[in-house]
Amino acid sequence: MPGLIGKKVGMTSIYSAAGKNLPCTILEVGPCVVTQVRTLERDGYEAVQLGYGERSEKHTSKAMQGHFKRAGVTPQRRLAEFDAFEQELQTGDTLQVNDVFAEGEYVSISGKSKGKGFQGVVKRHGFAGVGQATHGQHNRLRAPGSIGAASTPARVFKGMRMAGQMGNSRVTIENLEILKVLPEEGLLVVKGAIPGHKGATVVIRKPEAS
Amino acid sequence: MDRIKDIAAKLVEGKDWPAFGAGDTVTVTIKIKEGSKERLQAFQGVVLQRRGVGATETFTVRKIASGVGVERIFPVSAPIIDSIEVNKRGKVRRARIYYLRERTGKSARIKERRANA
Repeated sequence: MPGLIGKKVGMTSIYSAAGKNLPCTILEVGPCVVTQVRTLERDGYEAVQLGYGERSEKHTSKAMQGHFKRAGVTPQRRLAEFDAFEQELQTGDTLQVNDVFAEGEYVSISGKSKGKGFQGVVKRHGFAGVGQATHGQHNRLRAPGSIGAASTPARVFKGMRMAGQMGNSRVTIENLEILKVLPEEGLLVVKGAIPGHKGATVVIRKPEAS
Repeated sequence: MDRIKDIAAKLVEGKDWPAFGAGDTVTVTIKIKEGSKERLQAFQGVVLQRRGVGATETFTVRKIASGVGVERIFPVSAPIIDSIEVNKRGKVRRARIYYLRERTGKSARIKERRANA
């Protein structure tokens, strides 16, 4: 599926034609440069590798420096593969927002969610906690409660929701409506929230053609 | 942060309403769609506060309707607002006059501010 790489700028709200106040996220998308073209003969599948953002040469590994040098482009911050673009693409071509996206289309956006650290079950899974401070609840206010029965099955089932790392994981939000495309500034406005903090790099994909 | 405000300002059309703030009595005329017909409805009351900046700025208007206090929050740039008319300038000392909620009758009056006073 075609798509581009971008950066989250932040959230605001705009009005629809019907006068509804819509929550929206503003993204800075592209320009993305083609760093490699994968072909059926050589790679076994067809795709286009795009790069986005600046990366200093100092922070680019030797191997990646060679990769960018071969493509004839400056080091890129983030690479991702896409396919099924309308236009024929060669290594070194650049893509802007309006080359790929149009108003009214739906996209899915993946990114890394904000890290919340090691969290208990109340915050992480929405458990209710004990709900009582008295009647012997010395320090169990936010405890998970029972995690299973006793000698049968004599173990804790896999997938039991417990405390642990929350956030800082790859999250994809699907079917976000594109409210506006501003080609001059390279901006994309989508309805709703997307994963990550402001400035986070995100990958925007169009759904598979049906 | 400033970047977001700049972009948001571009996306939402600002309108030129007369300047008003907390303590002022205003009439907000809003467009209401009923089926295919559109009509106007006025809401007159005292402005309790203005909050937010740019595209997301809102203001709260309070009035007493048949003995019950009614508050409505309008976004300043909402397209449903047809017009805003300032009926009276109020003399208040703070930007958010929540204390008006606990008051009724005589104590809920607001002194009028005269021009150049």
